[in-house]
Amino acid sequence: MDIKEDLISLFRQNTDVLESGSGPIINTFRKQAFRDFDRLGIPTTKNEAYKYTPLDKYLQGNYDVELNANPFKVDLQDIFKCDIPELDTRVILVLNGFFYPVEQAGQLPGGVVVCGLSEASSKYPELFNRHYSHYADTSADGLVALNTLFAQDGVFVYIPPGTVIEKPLQIINLSHSFKNLRITRRNLIIAGDNARVNIVVCDHTLCYQSYLANTLTEIYAGKNAIVDYNRMQNENSLSIQINNLFVHQEENSRFTGNNISLHGGLIRNNMYVTLNGPYAEVNLYGLFLSDEKQHVANYVLVDHTLPHCTSNQLFKGILDNDATGSFNGKILVRKDAQKTQAYQKNNNILLTSAARMNTKPHLEIYADDVKCSHGATVGQLDMDAMFYLRSRGIGEKESRHLLMYAFANEIVSKITIPVLKDRIINLVDKRLRGELSRCNNCDIRCG
Amino acid sequence: MLTIKDLYVSIEGKEILKGIDLDINAGEVHAIMGPNGSGKSTLALALAGREIIEITKGTITYQGENLFEMSPEDRARKGLFLGFQYPVEIPGVSMVNFMKTAINEQRKYRGLGSISASDFLKLMREKKELVGLTTNLTNRSVNEGFSGGEKKRNEIFQMAMLEPVLAILDETDSGLDIDALKTVAFGVNKLRRADNATIVITHYQRLLEYIVPDFVHVLYRGRIVKSSGKELALELEERGYDWLNDSAE
Repeated sequence: MDIKEDLISLFRQNTDVLESGSGPIINTFRKQAFRDFDRLGIPTTKNEAYKYTPLDKYLQGNYDVELNANPFKVDLQDIFKCDIPELDTRVILVLNGFFYPVEQAGQLPGGVVVCGLSEASSKYPELFNRHYSHYADTSADGLVALNTLFAQDGVFVYIPPGTVIEKPLQIINLSHSFKNLRITRRNLIIAGDNARVNIVVCDHTLCYQSYLANTLTEIYAGKNAIVDYNRMQNENSLSIQINNLFVHQEENSRFTGNNISLHGGLIRNNMYVTLNGPYAEVNLYGLFLSDEKQHVANYVLVDHTLPHCTSNQLFKGILDNDATGSFNGKILVRKDAQKTQAYQKNNNILLTSAARMNTKPHLEIYADDVKCSHGATVGQLDMDAMFYLRSRGIGEKESRHLLMYAFANEIVSKITIPVLKDRIINLVDKRLRGELSRCNNCDIRCG
Repeated sequence: MLTIKDLYVSIEGKEILKGIDLDINAGEVHAIMGPNGSGKSTLALALAGREIIEITKGTITYQGENLFEMSPEDRARKGLFLGFQYPVEIPGVSMVNFMKTAINEQRKYRGLGSISASDFLKLMREKKELVGLTTNLTNRSVNEGFSGGEKKRNEIFQMAMLEPVLAILDETDSGLDIDALKTVAFGVNKLRRADNATIVITHYQRLLEYIVPDFVHVLYRGRIVKSSGKELALELEERGYDWLNDSAE
């Protein structure tokens, strides 16, 4: 059966369950999402943005859905030992798409809200109405419509104006079931004017099942707000991750996203950033290390609407075996966005002749006083550098490792939390050595 | 220590070296001179094991072993060192990590344990001083952003760190001013011992005022056309290479 028809009938049969399990505002967006999904369906390779990501090939197969929170009792201490003792974070657990309350010591600053999305939609209707589904456009991408159609829960974070959260918030997305599972996650993060927050997102699979996760996150950064968003994708090779990130930035705000894709079957990251106030700055970094038959695709659209904004994009990938990947990045500079500075770079290393990378950096500029650049490379390891290292007695394998590590480190070094950076350096190192990149003591099977 | 017999070498099908014979013993310094394109760097790369080099004929014996059967890293671990004419910039690989890895690989090969952090730092300081390298190496990537002179000093610094048995210095003098040349030569002379040897490849006689060779060989169109004592260098300086034409034909 056609995937689209399949999903539409799934929705029709379960509309009541979906709606009774979600907040009222979430439900009001379903009608439009339904129309859009019915019109758009799952994007095919005929769609320019998905040209190199054959989703239909990956989305076949039977998946269960959980429309109610998983009754499975999770003992966080028992299964998830995130052993970065110095990484003092506020842990937010999401199990199969549902917010999972965790008892924690310590108070959050006054007015800060961290709760489930569904709960927030009833408790904070005013905030919710102002932001929910305002940045994610269901009419442009069938997967955005699909997420909005099935959205029930996820994480809601609100940082009131002028509030600084020193401790990073660590959102841990766990997938756990003994059958293949379709998961929908919907997050909303609101940083008020002058607020500051550092968010760490970790994606993990607990069992060796296929998890098809459609995650959508909307982030609002008010005037002068500073939002750091570090994401580490480490899931099993059967898993399929579709991520849509929508960032809306006001005047003089700064958003920094750093996406480290260590492992996964198919990873599709769509990032849409709208610079909606002058002097706003966005930095988007991404690194992926893929092998076997993995596919990692990064799609970026940065929309400069007003003057004096800055955007930086740097995405890198190392592809081994039969891995495939794509980068599609667009900088849109609108007529009024004078004095824009926008840069974009994509560098990739292919370790085998079978690995494939497609890259398409592009600029679309309607203003005349701007500084923009873009560039992309796909190549092999530098043979002159290899010989130089070997001529000093460093073995071939170790020389390759040093060069790959150096290549990856340009992204990792941008992580602003020192202990997290050290840990990711360690995970990248292990990953490049072909070892399972999982944290010590943690029972989670990432590989 | 090193015996080259009737060596023929091609790069991408083009014959560059056409029958080289050379004998190098412990304690000796050999200078190889010759005009551009005569094959000096090709000889250096053949010794170090660059993979684009095709050996079509001949043998090289190094410390009693067939050099062609050794990987570049094994040659280095057995004490062969090439000072590059064009040192490679490697962004992201720190000098400290690079040198520590190189030292430890060499130690491992000799059955020794890893060097301690404090011993390593001490060694770095000592050798930097020896070769007059004032560049701060911590937080710097290999050769990245180094000036031409710094790159050359960095080669001699690496040589000092690794204490090779046979060092081949490929045009180490090019791009150095006279003061830099003197310090580099001073470093090389300091590292000379009765049990090691040096091959100095150079264009000009100038360097040989400071690193005094025991033998000078002229490489011309892929062959050694003349070998003599250090006085040959002076003669080349005065007369150029053209007078050798006759003996080469």
